[in-house]
Amino acid sequence: MRRFLAVMHARNIEFLRDRSSLGWNVAFPVLLIFGLWAMFADGGRPLYKAGVLTTATKIEKSIHPFLDTRYTQFIPYADRQAAIDLVSGHELDILVEFGPGRTRYWVNTTSPKGYALERFLLATGDDPKEAVPVVGTRTRYIDWLIPGILGMNMMFSCLFGIGYVVVRYRKNGYLKRLHATPLTAFEYLSAQVVSRLGLVLTITTVLFLACVWLLDLRMLGSGLLLLLTAALGSTALIALGLTVAARVASEELAGGLLNLITWPMMLMSGVWFSMEGTSVLFQKVALIFPLTHALTAARAVMLDGAGLADIWVELVVLAGMSAGLMLLSAALFRWKTD
Amino acid sequence: MSEPVFQVRGLTKRYGDVVAVAGVDFDVPEGICLGLLGPNGAGKTTTVEMLEGIQQPSTGEILYRGTPLDRRARTRFGIQFQSTVLQDYLSVGECLDLFRGLYPAPLPRERLIELCELGEILDRDNRKLSGGQKQRLLLALALLNDPQVLFLDEPTTGLDPQARRNFWRLIEDIKRERKTLVLTTHYMEEAYRLCDRILIVDHGRIIAEGTPDELLAAHFRDVILELPQSVAAGRLEGLSMQVLDCGDNVEISTDDVDATIRELVGRDIPLNQLAIRPRTLEDLFLELTGKELRG
Repeated sequence: MRRFLAVMHARNIEFLRDRSSLGWNVAFPVLLIFGLWAMFADGGRPLYKAGVLTTATKIEKSIHPFLDTRYTQFIPYADRQAAIDLVSGHELDILVEFGPGRTRYWVNTTSPKGYALERFLLATGDDPKEAVPVVGTRTRYIDWLIPGILGMNMMFSCLFGIGYVVVRYRKNGYLKRLHATPLTAFEYLSAQVVSRLGLVLTITTVLFLACVWLLDLRMLGSGLLLLLTAALGSTALIALGLTVAARVASEELAGGLLNLITWPMMLMSGVWFSMEGTSVLFQKVALIFPLTHALTAARAVMLDGAGLADIWVELVVLAGMSAGLMLLSAALFRWKTD
Repeated sequence: MSEPVFQVRGLTKRYGDVVAVAGVDFDVPEGICLGLLGPNGAGKTTTVEMLEGIQQPSTGEILYRGTPLDRRARTRFGIQFQSTVLQDYLSVGECLDLFRGLYPAPLPRERLIELCELGEILDRDNRKLSGGQKQRLLLALALLNDPQVLFLDEPTTGLDPQARRNFWRLIEDIKRERKTLVLTTHYMEEAYRLCDRILIVDHGRIIAEGTPDELLAAHFRDVILELPQSVAAGRLEGLSMQVLDCGDNVEISTDDVDATIRELVGRDIPLNQLAIRPRTLEDLFLELTGKELRG
């Protein structure tokens, strides 16, 4: 334990003093999040979005006094069902069809903005109005995307932060020097895992809280369960980094191998977009990546309020990947170049 | 006589078709400084790393205090590799703390600082040390488990003469504690000054073994007279002694200095720049291998 603590402490010092790496680890996701915040923030935009069922491409305001409502964007829709789906997903606050002699409208019963617009609609015009309630919960893209971005940052930090460093230390002989001490490979590797895990979880937690504060990020489930998901996901990714770095003696090769893993993982694990629309083969291949399981579980907790009973399969898979890859990396590990 | 610290029998190391160590046998007695001399690629470092337990022999046997070398023995060794990089961003003091944390009963921090004169550089980033300072830190790391055997692999390579002599002084202090030292070096003066016993290694084999004086006495009975080429050029033909052209100097090998000087005087060669030196380990090495040690 003493040796483990000594190595972990030294690794923490190194990470914190390496300002360029630390800066990159913090700055990259911050820049991404602020960029997205700028893109998706509501400032300066109309407060409400109302759909109008019409075959016309432009809405004539004279049709109904409701169309004079300020701070509301009126958007024409020809496809009724598509528009109703948007109401269901809270992407439209209300959908209105101005017919001869009556007005029908669709409003999501859980939408605060829909409720407000319904009040405005009922207060305008003398025509009879027929309400059609719609159900469905709101999912902003940003709510869906943030777990992906945080997961991607964890992936880069775990894979490159561990894999690259271990290879560099093997190449420059530092691992050989450690090998001349009583330190075992398992002690060294586990110290790397815990050091990186602590740093990654700390940074990710801070970024997550900042997102909750700045973006009103949706978080329906348990924070502790989300932390457990992040911890298991990070451990699996670190173990994957250690496995890649177990024998390699060239930073260039390590960089190539890590890129070979990170890019497919980033594209296929659902960081930027859902894999639901892709082929079954791609969806199956994506299951080999730890990030796929981590993001599936994290989004279920955050967006659907899933509990342990709902995501235990993903957690077991991540734990299994962590254990298997750690054992593999310990078995393959070499202290020095041949 | 006490049991040797190491008994090495039939030790070989192969890398594919390359034979780095070709079946060497030797003992390392307790409390001596054993020197391994040899040109680059002779197999010195490979031999030493097998003694350290860092590399596994292809064949052969290493006994440490009579029993096969194992991982436990390594806790009694102190090792200073030929070149060592330490963890980035750690100060000298933090490096000491890190490595002290890896041993069950390390020497007190203050003792190491005093022993290796690290007091003034404790807070300095280990990447910003001079060559001599770095070697002192690495020596402290090698000593922190109070080792029974200290391995030093070319510890003064690249140091300036003053730093080298300072380092020798530290090693002599350690020798006085009757620790067993295994030293590889390129510097003959270093080997002569520090080593009680020397193995000369070439092509993975031991080609000579003994104390420095024994080795010199066994191979040489002569001394060397050195004259500048500018003085001796064209005036030594027919001299009855062996004459070697060594660039700027001419070396005359002789076992009768008086007769040689008389002969030089007889040829009207001015002797005010004449130097007389005994044979050195470098001469011995050249004689045995025909190679420059630093080649």
